[in-house]
Amino acid sequence: MEKIDEELLQQIADLHQVPTGSYNIRKNGKSIGSASTKEIEIVPKTNKSGIDIIVKPNVKNKSVHIPVIVTEAGFKDLVYNDFYIGDGADVFIVAGCGIHNDSTKASGHDGIHTFHIGKNSKVKYIEKHLGLGKNMGGKILNPTTNIIMEDGSEFEMETIQLGGVTSSNRLTNAKLKKDAKLIIKEKILTTDNQTATTKFKVVLVKDGASVNVISRSVAKDNSKQKFVSKIVGDANCFGHVECDGIILNNARIVSIPEIDAKNVNASLVHEAAIGKIAGEEITKLMTLGLTQTEAEDLIIKGYLN
Amino acid sequence: MIKLKDVSYYVLDEKTNAQKEILKDINIEFKKNKITVITGHNGSGKSTLMKLLMGISKPTSGEIYYNGTNITDLSVTARANLGITMAFQQPVRFKGLTVKNLLDVASAKTTNLNDVCEYLSTVGLCAKEYINRELDGTLSGGELKRIELAMALAKGGEVFLFDEPEAGIDLWSFEELIKIFKKLKNKTIIIVSHQNKILEIADYVLLLNNIGYKMGKKDEILGKIENSKCARLSEV
Repeated sequence: MEKIDEELLQQIADLHQVPTGSYNIRKNGKSIGSASTKEIEIVPKTNKSGIDIIVKPNVKNKSVHIPVIVTEAGFKDLVYNDFYIGDGADVFIVAGCGIHNDSTKASGHDGIHTFHIGKNSKVKYIEKHLGLGKNMGGKILNPTTNIIMEDGSEFEMETIQLGGVTSSNRLTNAKLKKDAKLIIKEKILTTDNQTATTKFKVVLVKDGASVNVISRSVAKDNSKQKFVSKIVGDANCFGHVECDGIILNNARIVSIPEIDAKNVNASLVHEAAIGKIAGEEITKLMTLGLTQTEAEDLIIKGYLN
Repeated sequence: MIKLKDVSYYVLDEKTNAQKEILKDINIEFKKNKITVITGHNGSGKSTLMKLLMGISKPTSGEIYYNGTNITDLSVTARANLGITMAFQQPVRFKGLTVKNLLDVASAKTTNLNDVCEYLSTVGLCAKEYINRELDGTLSGGELKRIELAMALAKGGEVFLFDEPEAGIDLWSFEELIKIFKKLKNKTIIIVSHQNKILEIADYVLLLNNIGYKMGKKDEILGKIENSKCARLSEV
């Protein structure tokens, strides 16, 4: 493994060495390391690029890492990963993609992830995205996440894009059955001329289902972000979407909410606030000895923490 | 310690488009290692004066000296690094920054649980309960106010500016608040307050009113007024 591979893996998946338990590391469209355990199987697909991750029922406190790195200039990766989470399981999944591109060609990764979350199972899923490299070569990431949640299941998804990604287009679709609970936390930082679009569609089809989407974003320089969310409540259910954005320089953030209550017992809430950093926050930190720039950096760091 | 020379502060009255006088021709000195309490009715310019001392606002005219050095044009950061510390009347909320993050900044070091405990116990809070709490809307006004005071103590300095420190603090911790000021006896303390208990610990009192100001030793000023909120400068 090359030094840049290690750097990318460390940043996107906190991997300092080969992970224990199940894992699959994909580089430039090919698996460069993979391991299954009796609790979590990783099976390569035969009809298209990608893997099936099969978590056996009632497996508890286990983790699986499936990071992707792209280091070949101009390489466009497309992968389909399907997760089958057995009933009653409780697992931690780390995904994410890092692109290193020093060229002027565009490199990209489109990851299509589909989760089948079994009854009463619990999943925490982290996906970090990162772009590294000089020059203007594109570092493009377009993840799609489909989530089908059975009765009583819980899914917490944390997506983090903290720099260097020139363009991203994230799609998330979820369908929640009885008492299913979905939490989505999204953090995005864009700079220069980068663009980032995220679209969420969550359908709550059975009583007791709940979703909470929390998006915090910072757009600097000439970057642009777009946040589109649609929550459909078709039962006695609860949905909450919170989109907070900080803009600096000539950046722009657009937030488009849609909440659709199809049942009289559906309770849906949308909150959005976009603006520059509050002057009083900067002033307070300056009274503690920070310069204005240091204060702004700390506020952004905390905001995206 | 801190001298104001002919300091005036005006704002533009949007209704009349005329300059509105907030402070006019202030010539005073805050004495080293003494407690000065600034009092006066609402709108008399008390908080404005604190902002001028911290550098958050600039005087329309006049000069401010710190230990003989003209600091009128110094930034907030530069004044903070000189040793001027301020606790705000309305604590600022931060999304994502924790009590520990802010105490780290204030104390200019990476604090551990013991450090945080030292700062927070002084203001009546349990470190374990608050160290990782965000300074956002989940904290009550009283909690935020105490953390604001803890930040000022963690930062330290030579001159402490407390703008209505008692606001939002319950009676139990009011006594603790007085203890904090007494502990800082070897520092220069400037407090904006209406409270008699705080006025009682003052060495000097600055009374502001919309027709001027009066500064003197506590007994000299307080002896002539019963209630600072109702006082008329002409009566002093």
